[in-house]
Amino acid sequence: MEALDLARLQFGVTTVYHFFFVPLSLGLSIIIALMQTAYVRTNKEKYKQMAKFWGKLFLINFAMGVVTGIVQEFQFGMNWSEYSRFVGDIFGAPLAIEALVAFFIESTFLGVWIFGWDKLSRRAHLASIWLVAIAANISAFWILVANSFMQNPVGYTIAESGRAEMTDFFAVITNPNVLLQFPHVALGGLTTGAFFVVGISAYHLLRGTNNIEVFRTSARIGLIVGTVAVFGTMLAGHAQGQRMAETQPMKLAAAEGLWEDEDPAGLSMFQIGDEENRQSVFNIRIPSLLSFLSYNTPDGQVRGINSLQAEYEALYGPGDYVPPAIWLTYWSFRAMVGAGMLMFLLGLVGLVLVFTRRLETSRWFLRGLLAAILLPYLANTTGWLLTEVGRQPWIVQGIMRVESAVSPNVTVPMLWISLIGFTLVYGLLMVADLYLLQKFARAGVGGTATTPVLNVPENATLKGMY
Amino acid sequence: MDLQTLWFILISVLFVGFFILEGFDYGVGILLPFVAKNDTERRVAINTIGPHWDGNEVWLLTAGGAIFAAFPNWYATLFSGFYLALFLILIALIVRGVAFEFRSKLDDRRWRVWWDRGIVFGSAVPALLWGVAVANIARGVAIDGSMTFIGSFFDLLNPYALAGGLTTLLLFTLHGALFLSLKSGGVVQTRATAIAKRLVIPVALLVVVVVLVSAPQLLSRLTVFTVLALVIAVAGLGVALYHTLKSGRFGLAFAGTSAALAGAVLLLFAYLFPRVMPSSLGEAFDLTIYNASSSQYTLSVMSVIALTVVPIVLAYQAWTYWVFRKRLTDKSHLEY
Ligand code: HDD
Ligand code: HEM
Ligand code: HEM
Repeated sequence: MEALDLARLQFGVTTVYHFFFVPLSLGLSIIIALMQTAYVRTNKEKYKQMAKFWGKLFLINFAMGVVTGIVQEFQFGMNWSEYSRFVGDIFGAPLAIEALVAFFIESTFLGVWIFGWDKLSRRAHLASIWLVAIAANISAFWILVANSFMQNPVGYTIAESGRAEMTDFFAVITNPNVLLQFPHVALGGLTTGAFFVVGISAYHLLRGTNNIEVFRTSARIGLIVGTVAVFGTMLAGHAQGQRMAETQPMKLAAAEGLWEDEDPAGLSMFQIGDEENRQSVFNIRIPSLLSFLSYNTPDGQVRGINSLQAEYEALYGPGDYVPPAIWLTYWSFRAMVGAGMLMFLLGLVGLVLVFTRRLETSRWFLRGLLAAILLPYLANTTGWLLTEVGRQPWIVQGIMRVESAVSPNVTVPMLWISLIGFTLVYGLLMVADLYLLQKFARAGVGGTATTPVLNVPENATLKGMY
Repeated sequence: MDLQTLWFILISVLFVGFFILEGFDYGVGILLPFVAKNDTERRVAINTIGPHWDGNEVWLLTAGGAIFAAFPNWYATLFSGFYLALFLILIALIVRGVAFEFRSKLDDRRWRVWWDRGIVFGSAVPALLWGVAVANIARGVAIDGSMTFIGSFFDLLNPYALAGGLTTLLLFTLHGALFLSLKSGGVVQTRATAIAKRLVIPVALLVVVVVLVSAPQLLSRLTVFTVLALVIAVAGLGVALYHTLKSGRFGLAFAGTSAALAGAVLLLFAYLFPRVMPSSLGEAFDLTIYNASSSQYTLSVMSVIALTVVPIVLAYQAWTYWVFRKRLTDKSHLEY
């Protein structure tokens, strides 16, 4: 493999991995803050137990989010030095602001929250979890400002030196792209947190653990939050699709596997494509629906890959402007939307069952909810694959191609070392993380102390260590 | 003062914060097997930095982000150039962070022993490699006309740089031992104090040697600021020596190592100014705060934001040290 492919693979692996933990941190922190607010307000022990139980799972996940984030902060310089030089003027700013206004609050007050249960007043302690939740979501905003610049560059000019320079900070942070992307991602995070709570609560309802009241209430909170959040995610997503038709038509065409211009355009449900010859082999479609989704009217032209390629050659010079692996964008889009619709459906049914007091007896449905923990993960990952792979071959839409972005001095062996190193370490940590999560999730309220003292004689040394 | 200079100063402040704060928590991590022999002792040691280590690490992340925003060429050259070294540091930091959070979560001896190894590895490797990186920057590395580092990983492992690495490793260890003397009680404290007493003279000697070896370069760029920084560093060391060995007032000794670390970072920056990465291939190829910087517009936007936010950050971080000021013993409530 060439350096470029390896650099991309490495970025993809590490970033997808980071984003495996991020959405749960974003959503669960808010849900815990809500539970703890209920505790401070009502003084009911149940809510404190809830905050503590979900808090344990949250911390295990959060630690993974933090350490994988450190890699992200330095990766642009390591693998994409030419990119960093070219857009650092614009792209570095949100990253620095993110650290200053979000990471500091998040990490400092998380420490306060973990260690402050009996050192602070209840209100001050409650404030610390809210600060963590808000700061985490603010951090998402700033990093998405950076990402949105890559999807839809605004507020910049290309200077004499050939570098992109910022001309309008306000335009950069109100990029129309981020104004939809942020709600989509933040609500997607809330969806993730909610379905996580619902799924694990369902497990305990099935088993009839003691302290069942904690899980009954958690399930109810989770279903309400989750259904609303997934609905909001879908609304924002729909608007994003419409924007894509304007600003990144090639991505939309790839996501739809639409090879030729069409008016009105049909929505493809299942397609087998021939990427070599850029045509469709087999396609099941619903007439006019794509036009309708793109423009809210039953007709309107949606551009196809082949005509966009011709247009871009005329505009940017000869070259290939078609994203690689169309199948990946196409199926990613379907997986995300499918997972979203399924969650919405599950949420609605769940709410009906809750309010008719039949949830705990619907055992099959509870099993379904347990399995549904995976759905938001599927949607989040495929969502990013769609966004990022569909943007290729551009690293910054319309102004820089990915092959000019890679570090010239980072060699193939170096990339292999870091790719294998990160993958191995990440793989091992994933095993440890999942093991702990399931253990603590199963243990239930008060089942496992957060930090059991090791079961060895008090003063026995931990021999054989070093 | 132009904005480039302001940002150069701001970044040096971030590194001062990083070296002082993360310095002692690396030190605590390195000392874990030496000051704490059984599980309860380990937990006492780890809990002294429990509420702080993540916040401390953000000083580094912010420094990285600030370099990216203010001096993109510095960010690009530094991190693509020191690729493998940075990769090792990242792996270490990943293992370390997870280890703090995970080690006490299972009641299993092997599990804890392995995470403890992770903490030691994860603290020692960056403590060593930051020194190596800093020494290489000071010495100058092979940067060509396109601002690209063209040397290899092994060029970075020259004797001078390794001496720099050893210095930060030992300084952080001493700094951590003093922190433990302040914040822990019982046998952990006793052992930490003994280690500090044994370390302080060798560390001081090593620093003197490194400064003497660097003297020709330092003299070639002598300014008020380099002299001032050197005085801070040396005075700090002196204070640390005196209070560790003679008075036993570890708060002052810790202030001393903090000043020594601050002085060292300031010395580096004062010596470099206005360069950020000198090239060993000729002055024409030096990265400076001018040829590496962002536009005036970006710098002014970022200045407004940084100058407003940094004081607030300092205030609430200081507050957390106040909240968790109590000395920890095996009787304390331990979270990690
Ligand atoms: C939509 C949200 C989102 C996205 C797209 C990213 N992150 Fe992230 N990141 C977070 C949301 C987040 C978070 C929720 O704030 C985390 C996850 C868990 C956590 O501890 O904080 C976090 C942690 C985190 C940390 C550790 C902070 C600490 O020590 O407390 C760093 C340095 C980064 N991220 C940097 C990045 C970079 C450079 C990204 C771009 C590729 C990136 N993140 C993508
Ligand atoms: C955390 C969520 C994210 C995920 C899951 C994600 C996913 C991906 C994937 C899969 C790739 C590889 C695409 C390919 O090579 O075909 C990629 C590339 C890239 N993404 Fe993202 N991305 C995320 C966030 C971001 C953000 C927030 C930024 C910018 C701040 C960003 C910048 C990049 C860059 C620079 C590349 C490498 C160049 C390229 O291949 O295009 N990504 N990302
Ligand atoms: C009907 C439902 C949905 C629609 C129509 C939809 C639409 C979209 C579109 C068009 C994009 C690409 C935006 C771009 O590249 O500019 C996207 C990205 C994304 N989606 Fe969805 N989505 C839906 C459901 C979900 C759900 C339920 C989740 C997660 C729980 C989710 C998570 C994501 C993520 C993480 C991204 C990448 C970040 C971004 O570009 O916003 N999506 N979605």
